[in-house]
Amino acid sequence: MSDRWWLDKLAMHMPKTHFIRLWGDHGQSALENARVCLINVTATGTEILKNLILPGIGSFTIVDGNKVTGEDVGNNFFLTKDSIGESRAKVASELLSELNEDVSADYVEEHVENMVQSNPDFFRSFSLVIATNICERTLLQLGENLWNMNIPLLICRCYGFIGYMRLAVKEHTVIESHPDSVLEDLRLDRPFTALVEYCDSLDLETMSKKDHSHTPWLVIIYKYLQEWKKTVRIRKNESGGLEEEENFDEAVNHVNTALLPTSVPSEVKKLFDDPSCTELNVESKPFWIMLRAVKEFVMNEGNGALPLRGTIPDMTSDSKRYIELQQTYRDQASQDVTIVTEKLQTLLQSIGRGELVSVSNPPSPISNLEDEDSDNETVFYVLLRTVDKFYEDYNRYPGWYNDQVESDITKLKSCMSKILQEWGISANIKDDYVHEICRYGAAELHTVASFIGGAAAQEAIKVITSQFVPFNNTYIYNAMKQTSVTIEL
Amino acid sequence: MEQEWTGRWNHAISFLQGVCKILVIGAGGLGCELLKDLALLGFKNIDVIDMDTIDISNLNRQFLFRAKDVGRAKAEVAAEFINKRVPGCNVTPHYDKIQNFDEAFYRKFHIVVCGLDSIVARRWINGMLIGLLNYEDGELDQSTVIPMIDGGTEGFKGNARVILPGLTACIECTLDLYPPQINFPLCTIAHTPRLPEHCIEYVRILLWPKENPFGGVVKRIIPAVASTNAVIAAACSTEVFKVATSCCLPLNNYMNFNDAEGIYTYTFEVQKKEHCLACSNIPQTLSFSENNKLQDIIDYLVESLAYQMKSPGITTSMNGKNKTLYMQTVKSIEEKTKENLKKTLKDLGLVDGQELYVADPTTPSSVSFKLNLGSSMEH
Repeated sequence: MSDRWWLDKLAMHMPKTHFIRLWGDHGQSALENARVCLINVTATGTEILKNLILPGIGSFTIVDGNKVTGEDVGNNFFLTKDSIGESRAKVASELLSELNEDVSADYVEEHVENMVQSNPDFFRSFSLVIATNICERTLLQLGENLWNMNIPLLICRCYGFIGYMRLAVKEHTVIESHPDSVLEDLRLDRPFTALVEYCDSLDLETMSKKDHSHTPWLVIIYKYLQEWKKTVRIRKNESGGLEEEENFDEAVNHVNTALLPTSVPSEVKKLFDDPSCTELNVESKPFWIMLRAVKEFVMNEGNGALPLRGTIPDMTSDSKRYIELQQTYRDQASQDVTIVTEKLQTLLQSIGRGELVSVSNPPSPISNLEDEDSDNETVFYVLLRTVDKFYEDYNRYPGWYNDQVESDITKLKSCMSKILQEWGISANIKDDYVHEICRYGAAELHTVASFIGGAAAQEAIKVITSQFVPFNNTYIYNAMKQTSVTIEL
Repeated sequence: MEQEWTGRWNHAISFLQGVCKILVIGAGGLGCELLKDLALLGFKNIDVIDMDTIDISNLNRQFLFRAKDVGRAKAEVAAEFINKRVPGCNVTPHYDKIQNFDEAFYRKFHIVVCGLDSIVARRWINGMLIGLLNYEDGELDQSTVIPMIDGGTEGFKGNARVILPGLTACIECTLDLYPPQINFPLCTIAHTPRLPEHCIEYVRILLWPKENPFGGVVKRIIPAVASTNAVIAAACSTEVFKVATSCCLPLNNYMNFNDAEGIYTYTFEVQKKEHCLACSNIPQTLSFSENNKLQDIIDYLVESLAYQMKSPGITTSMNGKNKTLYMQTVKSIEEKTKENLKKTLKDLGLVDGQELYVADPTTPSSVSFKLNLGSSMEH
């Protein structure tokens, strides 16, 4: 054993700590307990699994009743030439499991069409089901089953240069959204007692030059706010000019955002009034119960304000006073937390529950796609649905046979008008798009699959960990122009 | 062994297979994905350069590497894996630095794809590809253009871009897209630390170099995520495919990706910079007063957003002879020329209109500047 064996030990844990920095150890543990089901071994499907196995999901199960064909191997990294003729589910699950030995792998060699009919309860044990290349009829049935079991369903499809993804979650609540930029919560307009006491304990007039130039700007703004109506005196240097003090410059720069009035955002007010919040019962999700506790805080102890966040931004200061100021905010915040926690306990008791995430609406039928010309990518949604209609009518995809591309264009156009008529919308979709879709011949291009494979895996992680905000609810990627759009259907 | 089978190339176009030579730079998180993507698109002649060996911490996203490969060269292991998994694909590994290859090497390729985490290396490759351009009577000979497809990721964010050297915006045109790292003032980290970051920076900048407990360097990184690498490498490879086959117009010319909140992409055209140091062919001028010191020029080249150099060395020509004014990279020369830094430009004998040749790790060949000693510190 080398004398640096402990370094290797440390390194063993590194792959995990790497992700803990992004989604925390509770996020990682949610991931490690997740059971993911993949329907059909497509390039898109195996790429999604690859990106979930690497960071360490608990287990995966592949459902696929097909045998490996030459064409499958042509665009899928997790099938090999030697395995042509074997079970796709088996081969892919073996090659994928090489990526991370901590992840348990399983497969079921059966067609999903049969599973949905004969054994719908099979899916009950999963935290997430991912369906790729699944026909519309089976999808509708599977979707309904999973919806009723409250299991999230992620549907992915890559068709030529177009990628498509749809997330069906009955309700998804996010507590840790990890927003990129937020306004501070400083309460300078309505300072809490401890903050008043702390600021009053500091006297800008009598402190040494060093202390003066290291006073946090928050305190400076507070002071000047109190003296606003009186004469404002700014310290002059020996020659009578203004001192150059970075902290005073910072105070001037931050005064705009630091003095925003404290209020409850309108979105939050809306949630407060949601029946799920006002009428709690034993089935209520933790999110709504917590929200209700917060609401009661706002109405009582909070005097119309949310609990204090308890953080302050970095600012020029000596260490001692920065920490003191930070502590003042933290203490107030933890007082608020204590009150909310007490309310939570009372609420839990009142609805008869012991233990303790949602912003969603049920997927409406697709009939509300009225703004068909607004985005290019939205057009592809209509086209993908048209292709399904084509498949239903002719039992093959348009452009599948090279010599039929021309005649398929005409057929596809008539499918499209039927669909648009069914939906009762008049869309003006250019012929170019119809030609393009025929040109694809339902080919799954590896790089489009790989793009969606990355994006879908990340969305799956969001759903599993209840962290970061997932897309809502339909995503279309156009690899021709490298553009994409998210639409809510 | 039979290497073809029915249906194999239904997804791609057979033209790619014999002719097209691709160079992938980097065999890390992006590189592994790029190699897989290009191989499955049907490219057969791929070279890959990477100077790193496999570390255990790479295994959670660099999916071509297994625990048994730790310590081996990334380029070699990645090439072996791809060649085995995708029969007929011929990936040639180069376990080396990009700087150790010459123009003749780079000229062999039709397309260069970068999956790098270093801005300096990106700038160097960009400079190399621009150096390969041929101009006849001021007209660019388009057959000398080697497209560069560049991908970058950081956490849940990434970007993919297509650069046609000499024709579209290059890396140097858009240097301001890489904002300089946030550096905390030294006095804050030494005397008035307030945040955990300040303490870490204290160790990184002041203590680590002195005590160097385990060897190696401490780097500031945002953790890389497998899924972001997959997305960006896929977008880059799609662009390689478009450029190689002309099946549709390539990305024009920059795509941003972020999936921290929903999934967001933004595609736009970054503009060529008129006075670009690398691709404009317009001579660069440096305006200083004769009382400025040589150190001022060095500081300017390092600090200005337009140049962001790392350790510039300056030579000039005086009385028909080459004279090194300052060079940091070779220790013996550094010692001999260190004194010059404190001298004024006048004392060094530099005159208005003097040509200065600046060498820097960010560019493969030195850049010439014209010294303008007209007025004061206007740059």
